[in-house]
Amino acid sequence: MSKTMEPDLQSPLGLPRGEPVRAEWKHPSDHWLRGFVLDNRASLGTLGVFIVMMAVFMIANPTVFTTWYLYSSVLTTLPVALFVVVPLVFVVTCGEIDLSFPATMGFASWVFALVVQAGYDPFLGIAAAIVTGTLLGFLVGSLVVYGGLSSLIATLGMNFLLRGLIQIINEGKSMALTGLADSWAYKIFSSQVWGIPVQIFWAIGFVVLSALLYNRHRFGAQVRVVGDNPDSAQQMGIDVKRVRVKVFVFVGIGAAIAGTFSVMINFTWWPTAGDGYLLPVLASVFVGGTPTWGGIGTVVGGAIGAVTVSFIQTGVVAAGLSGFYVQFFNGLIIILSLLGHKWNQARYR
Amino acid sequence: MAERIIELRDISKSYGQVYALGGVNLSVDRGEVVGLIGDNGAGKSTLIKILSGVVKPTSGEILVRGKPVTGWSAARSRDAGIETVFQDRALAVQQTIVRNIFMGRELTSWLGWLKVGKEIEEASRLMREIGFTSKVFTPHSIVGQLSGGERQGVAIARAIYKQAELIILDEPTTALSLTETAKVFHFVRQVRASGRSILFIGHNIHHVFDIADRFVVLDRGKVALTADRSEVKSAEDLINFMEDVAHPGGLAGLHDAGDAERAAR
Repeated sequence: MSKTMEPDLQSPLGLPRGEPVRAEWKHPSDHWLRGFVLDNRASLGTLGVFIVMMAVFMIANPTVFTTWYLYSSVLTTLPVALFVVVPLVFVVTCGEIDLSFPATMGFASWVFALVVQAGYDPFLGIAAAIVTGTLLGFLVGSLVVYGGLSSLIATLGMNFLLRGLIQIINEGKSMALTGLADSWAYKIFSSQVWGIPVQIFWAIGFVVLSALLYNRHRFGAQVRVVGDNPDSAQQMGIDVKRVRVKVFVFVGIGAAIAGTFSVMINFTWWPTAGDGYLLPVLASVFVGGTPTWGGIGTVVGGAIGAVTVSFIQTGVVAAGLSGFYVQFFNGLIIILSLLGHKWNQARYR
Repeated sequence: MAERIIELRDISKSYGQVYALGGVNLSVDRGEVVGLIGDNGAGKSTLIKILSGVVKPTSGEILVRGKPVTGWSAARSRDAGIETVFQDRALAVQQTIVRNIFMGRELTSWLGWLKVGKEIEEASRLMREIGFTSKVFTPHSIVGQLSGGERQGVAIARAIYKQAELIILDEPTTALSLTETAKVFHFVRQVRASGRSILFIGHNIHHVFDIADRFVVLDRGKVALTADRSEVKSAEDLINFMEDVAHPGGLAGLHDAGDAERAAR
């Protein structure tokens, strides 16, 4: 068996400086670049897929890809996806899946719309939406964990159930929030700075914070261990059920933010808000290099996966192909990415 | 006399009508390696579970450092400095060595952020302490890349953290090759050298004979023999004794003897 070196790459933060003790762990070929590549092979692979895909599109139609509008439109919608892709990486790492986030997006943004329409400040609406998302996440998580249900089926059921509730109560009617454009909340969360949609900065901040949470926080460490070997985690004193519920709560919070952002982009809340995100978001997680079996995953990879997936549709059309090609390319990219990750990552048992 | 870490007095455990243990006396002193041997169903696992607090005895007394304890539990067992390395090792194989050592007791600072540097430092120290060093892997190596013996090393390193005084090793050499077994023995000797005690449970009598200072043979829920190393000349003595216990009439069935031989090899 060849023992692949996993060199120390826990960045300067993690290195006890000037510790002679560490010397015996050093490997002659312990070069920082090699370590970086090995530690981040999944996300680097995803980045590679994205670059190749963009290169193909650009060669097909170079002029369109030099216009800023194309990127601006992607940067407006991409943040919405990022706020759910990232928490889903946690869920999948934990060995579960959550298909209820589209309804949570709809439900939380509905609460946001109600608060704003009632004349309250949108900040209050955002707070109310996040509380709603947290509660729904807790509800879904408790149902799966304490009810002992399969997360695949139970969250699918919750998605229908919550969406159904929204439809029954609203009878399909949407809500226009015209006053939103004058609010401070809109300026802070949904305007443009130097022509760049401001949402993307919030989303990047969220991705960075979540990546730290995943790699350098007790929460992320326990999520990975629980996904890897729940029995061991239990034996070592980790409250496995609690950790599992927490990841669903995290998705609820992310979905609430995502739903609110999508309403702020459109100034309108639709009873279908969030519905279209189910498949692209799921695809992003796996295109990003998080495997289905749990225990490992990559937040940054998931984010790059989301960028890739959101550029497929824009890219296919911009490259001069008809809209009929979009689905085909979606599928092609997903399959190629999975094959790439399979070759790239070894599974340890 | 060395300090007595733990003593079990007249411990019984019954599951309904079935007696798993019927009045067992067992003690472990500081710095000694006790080998616990017994056939399948002799009550070894029940005894380990009682020591680690997972199972409560039906009757009997538990003394920690000479003082009787009440309300014995897994938490109390850990507080008393007893750590158990279970047979399946309880490792998360896709995680790094550091993450496994600090599983469930992450070193954190403000708001739960990991003290990554401190964890690496501590992990290195623990691994050095049991002589678990190599140029090939670091505390960041994935456990899945390690061999069986090395994985056992990670489990032992995890157990000696938090100043454990008694480490229970449940069949640590099962399914390991000769060199891997040698590695585990190396770790065990290092642990003893650091002044800790070990309760070594094994099927393989040769393995137990090689490592233990004292032997306890368990048979059908009772202690059949307690012997110091000086009293036992060879592993064969132990095997013969166990066969005598199992088949008092001297009629050690050929089949069973064969089994014991194979197990011993």
